[in-house]
Amino acid sequence: MTEMPQDPIYVTDALIAEDIDAYLVKHQHKTMLRFITCGSVDDGKSTLIGRLLYDTKMIFEDQLASLERDSKAVGTQGGDIDFALLVDGLAAEREQGITIDVAYRFFATDKRKFIVADTPGHEQYTRNMVTGASTADLAVILIDARQGVLTQTRRHSYLVNLLGIRNVVLAINKMDLVGYSQERFYEIVKEYSHFAQQIGMKTFLPIPISGLKGENIASKSAAMPWYQGPTLLQHLEEAPVNDARMQDHDFRMAVQWVNRPNLDFRGFAGQIGAGTISPGDAIRVLPSGKTTTVKSIVTFDGDLDRAIAGQSITLTFADEIDCSRGDVIVKADAPCEVADQFEATLVWMDEAAMLPGRPYLLKIGTQTVTATVTEPKYEVNVNTLEHKASKTLALNAIGVVNISTDRAIPFEAYAQNPDLGGFILIDRMSNATVAAGMIHFALRRSQNIHWQAVDIDRDAHASLKTQKPAVVWFTGLSGSGKSTIANIVEKKLHALGKHTFLLDGDNVRHGLNRDLGFTDADRVENIRRVGEVARLMTDAGLIVLTAFISPFRAERQMVRDLMASGEFIEVFVNTPLEVAEERDVKGLYKKARSGQLKNFTGIDSPYEAPQAPEITVNTVDLTAEEAAERIVAALLAR
Amino acid sequence: MTTSTVDTQGVSQATLTHLQRLEAESIHIMREVVANAENPVMLYSVGKDSAVMLHLAKKAFYPAPPPFPLLHVDTTWKFKAMYALRDKAAKDAGMDLLVHHNPEAVEKGINPFDHGSLHTDMWKTEGLKQALSKYDFDVAFGGARRDEEKSRAKERVFSFRSANHRWDPKNQRPELWKLYNTRKAKGESIRVFPISNWTELDIWQYIHLEGIEIVPLYFSEKRPTVIRNGLMLMVDDERFPLEAGETPVMRSIRFRTLGCYPLTGAVESEARTLPEVIQEMLLTTTSERQGRAIDHDQSASMEKKKQEGYF
Repeated sequence: MTEMPQDPIYVTDALIAEDIDAYLVKHQHKTMLRFITCGSVDDGKSTLIGRLLYDTKMIFEDQLASLERDSKAVGTQGGDIDFALLVDGLAAEREQGITIDVAYRFFATDKRKFIVADTPGHEQYTRNMVTGASTADLAVILIDARQGVLTQTRRHSYLVNLLGIRNVVLAINKMDLVGYSQERFYEIVKEYSHFAQQIGMKTFLPIPISGLKGENIASKSAAMPWYQGPTLLQHLEEAPVNDARMQDHDFRMAVQWVNRPNLDFRGFAGQIGAGTISPGDAIRVLPSGKTTTVKSIVTFDGDLDRAIAGQSITLTFADEIDCSRGDVIVKADAPCEVADQFEATLVWMDEAAMLPGRPYLLKIGTQTVTATVTEPKYEVNVNTLEHKASKTLALNAIGVVNISTDRAIPFEAYAQNPDLGGFILIDRMSNATVAAGMIHFALRRSQNIHWQAVDIDRDAHASLKTQKPAVVWFTGLSGSGKSTIANIVEKKLHALGKHTFLLDGDNVRHGLNRDLGFTDADRVENIRRVGEVARLMTDAGLIVLTAFISPFRAERQMVRDLMASGEFIEVFVNTPLEVAEERDVKGLYKKARSGQLKNFTGIDSPYEAPQAPEITVNTVDLTAEEAAERIVAALLAR
Repeated sequence: MTTSTVDTQGVSQATLTHLQRLEAESIHIMREVVANAENPVMLYSVGKDSAVMLHLAKKAFYPAPPPFPLLHVDTTWKFKAMYALRDKAAKDAGMDLLVHHNPEAVEKGINPFDHGSLHTDMWKTEGLKQALSKYDFDVAFGGARRDEEKSRAKERVFSFRSANHRWDPKNQRPELWKLYNTRKAKGESIRVFPISNWTELDIWQYIHLEGIEIVPLYFSEKRPTVIRNGLMLMVDDERFPLEAGETPVMRSIRFRTLGCYPLTGAVESEARTLPEVIQEMLLTTTSERQGRAIDHDQSASMEKKKQEGYF
């Protein structure tokens, strides 16, 4: 056994006794580092944490006394102090000899306060580790020097990397059991480097330690003079924290709560996720995109000249613009993206498996929306890193999916900003948190709408009917004769044994489009719906005839674009306004002229004639029958 | 207000100190509750942790007063100095103060001298459940910290309770990043611990830094005491039943933790200022809960109490 000289830094600071005020001033400037330890009980994780608490004087005499008692009763160190017992927890778990959760431990040195997420347990390991890692600045991955890199080392490393932890310590433990061998140490480092590269881990710091003996924990190991790097505690004191990294990022703050104590004050409270802000800065509220400037940064301790990432503050604006919980405040010239379709990694945390298409609640930032998994892509085997196609995700499974939200949300890629890229999914019935998610990027809407594959496709439908499907789109003024001609055309095609269907403007408005009026917006929607229906009918192999005024070129073009090439046949029923008005079959022109009918095409709403219709029929010179014959001839010639 | 660290690129950047980070986190938690809860309340026990929690609430909602009342589940056996500060603190914060006494305990005259653990069960555990049901509170802030006791190390920030206020350690939600799932079914409630990640030293440093008013009993003074079962108890009022031949002795004492005076052990001390208290705490060799009788039965007793509904 090596002599264990206490590093003078970690014995109780002499300042405490000599000058407590000076000590307090010094300690007001500590920073805080959160880290996670990964490894199984066999790797000596609990022993390491117990050792850190012990070496930093976080264990009191009464706790030590109860530790010694417990060590004799249930310890695994043959009566010696079992540090692992220090970090044990719930009674039920203790009886079963397993731990199933995340426990948080605290210790401090002169430079830093530390919060350790300890994630023991085997069954729920992925869920617990992901939870603990989500708030960590750094990860300590433990390896038993006798065992080297194991399957579980790979799993831990994969998860640490997945959660975006950039500071990784590879603590090669139990060096005392391999004779403090330098060769063994480098052998493991080499093996791990290879693996780290595979998963895209950029850097890691290997440290040879013995948690049990306290080697290279708080003080340099005399038994391993060949190791020149920092001790574990030294490194923990110096590693950068995430808060520092987020200061350089563009400003982001999710609004938590609108503070409105009286009519004179309206403040937007939140914790700054990234960047800095000052009064006078031009800002933008997302998703609305409205802009204004920051009037003041209000806190209990007085208004601030500048606030930085990590602070919880309240902003007031120069202008009264809409802003509520869930909105994200950004600098006007550096907004983040807003989208409603994403590719993301999901870590499933619930007994009930993920169901594509089921609506879950998605909480991101301070906003909760409804979301569905639209397309499961693949599941990752965390042990082998292999991808396999999967339509679902079971408890502790990790997969990549496309996800769709019911409204657009401001976001950033998780790798850039975990605050606006990390989310949870909540089951709407049980209210359980069922998944953790990390956004990769937004999908363009068109990329994301996909088709259910069917075996009987449009060609199969058409070939059974021995015809080429088409949409024969009649357009023209009211009273031009569209319906009359279309009706005759259909009779003729029917007589020829063709499978047809006539969609008539007036008829459709009795059912499918009964909710629509005659405003421009409603006319557009009217045509969009008819176009979609017509397309489905062509998929069924039909020849579709439509008789709608369809006054706008843009919408006729929209329908044309929906159809396969050559299947959209535009028929312009060309009748001058004065002729149509004179016919006035339904008495509508008269009503429109007298002002009883608003938005009537040709009178107070425009008609945009086709520029290059497939067929034009002039109903001044031709009878309806003649026009129909001409159209049928043209169709048969296709 | 900020301190400097060096990031990987060697660029010097401002970042928050550990107390600023803890403060910002606690404020974030409180605002999440207020944005989501229907009828929240803050449990206020008048101790130093409650004092810090109340101070953080004032900060979180400034310039508005905290938009919820304070609830003191009283046992009638607290120190007199605690009642005095309680009423003053609520008034200073501009908040309503609700005080609940379990009527059954009042009727039966339950006290710590004659009734042992029944005292805590009835006044505190049952009293708390009664009060939460009576006012229909759906979320209650509590000042528990994870470093206080082993079983609390695993407690969530948002801790879910069934409709009958029970805590099921196997059925709690994972807490990722700072995304708290605040959804609950009708009748269920949530206990929220905004100062979960604070340690005893953090609390003291923050009280010092922010000048937060605390009960004078935390500072040393000559007070009348007797020693019972290894605990040094203060004779705070005439209800203290002195045994034959027992005379209170004036000693320089203070308290590291405050509760019902007949159950709270004092320590002999000369620490009369906050820095001196912190100094003593840092040089001390026993943990703060040692002065509480409740933990002494068995090492997992706190956990049992928690399952039954004690905070």
